[in-house]
Amino acid sequence: MWTLAGRGWWLGRALAPWVTGAANMALPGPRPAPTGRAPAEFRASDRLSSSAGLKEKLDMSIFPVENIRNFSIIAHVDHGKSTLADRLLELTGTIDKTKNNKQVLDKLQVERERGITVKAQTASLFYSCEGKQYLLNLIDTPGHVDFSYEVSRSLSACQGVLLVVDANEGIQAQTVANFFLAFEAQLSVIPVINKIDLKNADPERVEKQIEKVFDIPSGECIKISAKLGTNVESVLQAVIERIPPPKVHRKNPLRALVFDSTFDQYRGVIANVALFDGVVSKGDKIISAYTQKTYEVNEVGILNPNEHSTHKLYAGQVGYLIAGMKDVTEAQIGDTLYLHKQPVEPLPGFKSAKPMVFAGMYPVDQSEYNNLKSAIEKLTLNDSSVTVHRDSSLALGAGWRLGFLGLLHMEVFNQRLEQEYNASVILTTPTVPYKAVLSSAKLIKEYRDKEITIINPAQFPDKSKVSEYLEPVVLGTIITPDEFTGKIMMLCQARRAVQKNMIFIDQNRVMLKYLFPLNEIVVDFYDSLKSLSSGYASFDYEDAGYQTAELVKMDILLNGNIVEELVTIVHKDKAHFVGKAICERLKDSLPRQLFEIAIQAAIGSKIIARETVKAYRKNVLAKCYGGDITRKMKLLKRQAEGKKKLRKIGNVEVPKDAFIKVLKTQSDK
Amino acid sequence: MAVPGARARGWAAAAKAAQRRPRVEDAGAPPSPELASRRAALYVHWPYCEKRCSYCNFNKYIPRGVQEAAMRNCLVTEAQTLLQLSGVRRVESVFFGGGTPSLASPHTVAAVLEAVARTAHLPADSEVTLEANPTSASGSRLAAFGAAGVNRLSIGLQSLDDSELQLLGRTHSANDALRTLAEARRLFPGRVSVDLMLGLPAQRVGPWIGQLQELLHHCDDHLSLYQLSLERGTTLFTQVRQGALPAPDPELAAEMYQKGRAVLREAGFRQYEVSNFARNGALSTHNWTYWQCGQYLGVGPGAHGRFMLQGTGSHTREARIQTLEPDNWMKEVMLSGHGTRKRVPLGKLELLEEVLAMGLRTDVGITHQHWQQFEPQLTLNDVFGASEEVKLLLEQGLLLLDDRGLRCSWEGLAVLDSLLLTLLPRLQEAWQQGTPSPVPGG
Repeated sequence: MWTLAGRGWWLGRALAPWVTGAANMALPGPRPAPTGRAPAEFRASDRLSSSAGLKEKLDMSIFPVENIRNFSIIAHVDHGKSTLADRLLELTGTIDKTKNNKQVLDKLQVERERGITVKAQTASLFYSCEGKQYLLNLIDTPGHVDFSYEVSRSLSACQGVLLVVDANEGIQAQTVANFFLAFEAQLSVIPVINKIDLKNADPERVEKQIEKVFDIPSGECIKISAKLGTNVESVLQAVIERIPPPKVHRKNPLRALVFDSTFDQYRGVIANVALFDGVVSKGDKIISAYTQKTYEVNEVGILNPNEHSTHKLYAGQVGYLIAGMKDVTEAQIGDTLYLHKQPVEPLPGFKSAKPMVFAGMYPVDQSEYNNLKSAIEKLTLNDSSVTVHRDSSLALGAGWRLGFLGLLHMEVFNQRLEQEYNASVILTTPTVPYKAVLSSAKLIKEYRDKEITIINPAQFPDKSKVSEYLEPVVLGTIITPDEFTGKIMMLCQARRAVQKNMIFIDQNRVMLKYLFPLNEIVVDFYDSLKSLSSGYASFDYEDAGYQTAELVKMDILLNGNIVEELVTIVHKDKAHFVGKAICERLKDSLPRQLFEIAIQAAIGSKIIARETVKAYRKNVLAKCYGGDITRKMKLLKRQAEGKKKLRKIGNVEVPKDAFIKVLKTQSDK
Repeated sequence: MAVPGARARGWAAAAKAAQRRPRVEDAGAPPSPELASRRAALYVHWPYCEKRCSYCNFNKYIPRGVQEAAMRNCLVTEAQTLLQLSGVRRVESVFFGGGTPSLASPHTVAAVLEAVARTAHLPADSEVTLEANPTSASGSRLAAFGAAGVNRLSIGLQSLDDSELQLLGRTHSANDALRTLAEARRLFPGRVSVDLMLGLPAQRVGPWIGQLQELLHHCDDHLSLYQLSLERGTTLFTQVRQGALPAPDPELAAEMYQKGRAVLREAGFRQYEVSNFARNGALSTHNWTYWQCGQYLGVGPGAHGRFMLQGTGSHTREARIQTLEPDNWMKEVMLSGHGTRKRVPLGKLELLEEVLAMGLRTDVGITHQHWQQFEPQLTLNDVFGASEEVKLLLEQGLLLLDDRGLRCSWEGLAVLDSLLLTLLPRLQEAWQQGTPSPVPGG
C-alpha cells in the first residue's frame, strides 16, 4: 500500500492523453507508445521508490478540501514556466529527477521548439508539509493570448497563480495580459522572479516593476532559479500558504467544469475536469449542460501528469474523466457536467470557441487533397477551436477556410500539419471576421439577422445595403525599452491604432496600450515591431470587441477583368497602400506575355493603383541547329503543357503560383 | 578501302573549283532530283578546344594531347556506317562544327570528305563549312582546309571589343578576328560567315550597334547575330549568379536585336532565319536543312542526327545522339562502327511539330508545298485556320497565314517561342481530331 510522502511517488507515466495514434507516430524522439499504456515506457522513465501503488487505485477521499490547492503558472514566452513546472514535478516526486526533464508538460514538437505551451497540461502533485498531506493541482495553461479563452477557463479552476517573470527581461507584454486575466478572476497572485542565476539578472529592478505595474508589494516576490532548482521549495510553501483552498462542497450535487479535452482514438474523448461540487465515480450518468447529452462515466482519475485512474474524484479536485464522448466538440472547454436527474446551475463564462483569424488552406497539389483532409480532421479532433469550412478557389483548387483563435494558433496549426502529418499546404493571407449591419430589408430576411459576419471577402455586401461595417479590435500591450518608443508609436499610427495609455514601468521601460484594428496586426505587425526594436519590444493583445469602420471591397483587375481570388476587404484609408502592394507583388510573379498587362486595384470603378507588365519584345531561342532541336522541342512541349494549366483571366494567362505568391502569408518562417 | 579512291581525291579539286561559282539559287528550292529520303546533310563534330569559353556549354573537351589519327579513323568509320544505315545516296552539305574544328588537321577534314564521297554522292558544289576560331586559323591553314575540300568558313568572331572577348574567355583579339576574316574572304570569297554576340553582361546598345556597323565594313555576305544565353555550368553563369557580373538585361538585348536586324536590312541583308542574315544569296544550305526538317546525319562525339534507316528497310525517322565523351565514343566506333548512344523514333506528329517549330524560324516560314511534303491530308488552313487563339495572333500582326503558307511577321519572329506555345497545342489538337490512330512513318 502506498503512503503519502513528500516525495517518492510513482504513479507511472502512460500515454499522454491528447496524443492520437497517428500524430504520435510522426513525433521524433522518446515518446509514449502510440496506443494504450506502455510498460516499457514505465520502466524507462520511472524508477523512483516503490511500485506498490501502481496496481492500487487511489482513494482520493483522503484529501479534504482544505488540503487542496489548485494553481496555474503564467508567464511570458521563455520566462521559464515549463522549467519551473519540471522542478515542481521533480520536487514532489511526480517525475524522476533526471537531466531529461525538460519541459515535461510541453509535449508537442512545436511547443518545445518555440518555447510556448499550446495545449494545457495538468499534474496532480502530492506534497507533505508540516505533517499534512497536500494535493497540489498544477493546471498548466496555454502560454499565449490567442488561447486566452482557454487560459481563462483553466484559471477558473484555480484559486491562485504563479506569475513567473524573467529576472533579466523583466515584465513583458504577455506578463501583463496574463496578470490581468488572473486578476479579473480574483486569484491570488504569487510573483516569482526566475533566472536569478543569469549574469545580467536584476531581480530588484523586476521587483520594482511588479510593484509599479501590478501593485504587488515587492517583498512578496520569490526569487528563484528554476533551472538550478534554487529556492523552488519556497514556491511550494507559498502555494500552500498564500493560495486558499477551493470553496466547494462535497455534499452538493456534482458540478464539474471541463477546462480541456483531448482525443484518444481508442478511448474517445478524455475531458479534463475540475470539480466545483460533489463527487463523480465510474458508472455515474452525467449530462453536458451545453449539449444536454447524457453519458456514462467509464473512468475517472487524476493526471500525474499522465492519467492514473482513481475510484472517485471529489469536490475541489482536478482530474480527467472518460465517458464515451466521441468528439472533442462534445466536451467543449467551459462546459459544465452534472449528474443525471440532479441538474445544477452551469458554471459561468462558457463560450463557444470564437475564431478571430480566417485563412484559406489548400493542398500544394490537388492530388494531396485527401491526405490533407484526413490530417486536418485528426488535428481538429484535439482542437475544437479551429473551425473548418470547405472552400474552393479557381486558382488553388479545393480546400478549406479555417478559423483560428489568433495568428499564433494558425501558425502552430500549420506547423503541426507539417511536422506531425508531413502535409504541405498553401495558406492564404489571413483575414479577420468583419461585420456588416444590414439596412436592406431583403437581405435581413435572407440572412435572418440584421448583423452578419463576413469571413470571406466574396460575401462582402454592397455599401448601399449596409448601414455600417464593423471590424474587430484588440487592446494591444507593448512593452519596450524607451529608446524605441518613437518608432513604435509611428508604427502603431500607421496601423490605425489609437493610443490608450503609456506608462514607464521603470527608468527605461515603457508600457504602451493601443486599440488596434485586428486586421492591422494579423499579418506582419509582430515582425515589424520586433525588427524596429532590435527584438526587445514585446507585444500581446486581448479581444476588445468591434468598432465601426469605413470598409471597402477592393478588386484586382488584369486588363480590366476582376481576379476573384484577390478580392480584398480593406479600410478606406489603407486601400491605396494595400492595393499598391498587391499590384507590385502580382507584377513580380506574372510572366511576360505577347501584350502589355495592366494590373489594377480598384474600388468600385475607381482605379487606385496600377502596375504594368510589359509585352515580350524578344522570346526566341538564338541558336537552333542539329543538337539544339531535341532540347528545344522538349522545352516547348513542357511549356505548352504548362500553359494548359494556366488560369485565364480575360486574355491574360496566370500561372497558379502567381496567385499563391500574392495570397500567401508574407512572413516566411 | 585502304586506298582512297581516285574519285574521292578528285572531289576535293572539283569542290575547290566549284566554290568560286557564285551561289544564286534560292535555298528554299528543291536542289536535286534525288528523293528527299535519299538526301541528307552531314554534321561532323570535333570535340576539342584549346580553352574553355566562359559562355559555352557545348560538348567539348580540353585535351592534353589529341590522338588525331585515331579520332580521324573513327570519324571516317562512323560517317561511312551511318551513311550505309541511312541509305542516303546524296550528301548535300557537310558542316565541321565543334568544339574547335579548325584545330583539327586539314588531313582529317579531307579524310572525312573523301570517305563521304566514297560512300555516297557528294556533289562538287556541296556546301562544306568549317567553323574556325581566329587564333587557330592562320592564312596558310585556311588554305590547307580549302585544299582539303572546305568551301565555306564560319568564323567565331563574337565581338569587336577586346574587353568583351576577354569576358567571353576567347583567346583572340578583335584585330586577330579581323585579320582572319580578311584572310578567309581572300581564300573563300562570298562564302565566309561571322558570328557576333549580343546581350552580354553590361553591354550597351549604342556601342554594340557601333560594333555591328564596324563589322559591316569588313564582313562578307553572311552574318549571324546570337543573343547570349546564360547556360548552367558555365563560368559566366556562375559569375552572374554570384553577382560578380551584372545579369544581362533582356530589354537591352531585345533592343540590340531589333536595331541590329534593321541595320542589316539597310545593308541589304536578308534575315532568312531568327539569327542568320545573308546577302547575294549566301544562305547556309546546311543550316537551312535543319529548319526545313531535312534529314541530317550526325558524326562524332555527342553529334545529333535525324534520319530514316533505309539501309535496314525502316521508314521511321529517328532522332539519334552519339556518345558524348570522345574516348568512349571512339571505343564504340571501333567496336561497332558507330557510337550511337540513343535512338528515339520520331512519330509523325512529332515530326510535324518540328516542321512547325523549325520552319517558322525562317523568313519563308512553312509554305503550303513544304507542309504537304510532310502532311498530305491536313492542310495548314485545316490546322490553324479556325483557331480563335491563332486568329488573335494574326490580328496582332505577329503571324501570317495566306496563300503562300504560315510564317512570322517581322515582329512575330522575335517572339516566336511565345507563338509556338499557342501553335503547338493547336497542332496536337488538330492531329488528334484528324487522325485517330496515327501510324508513325506509315
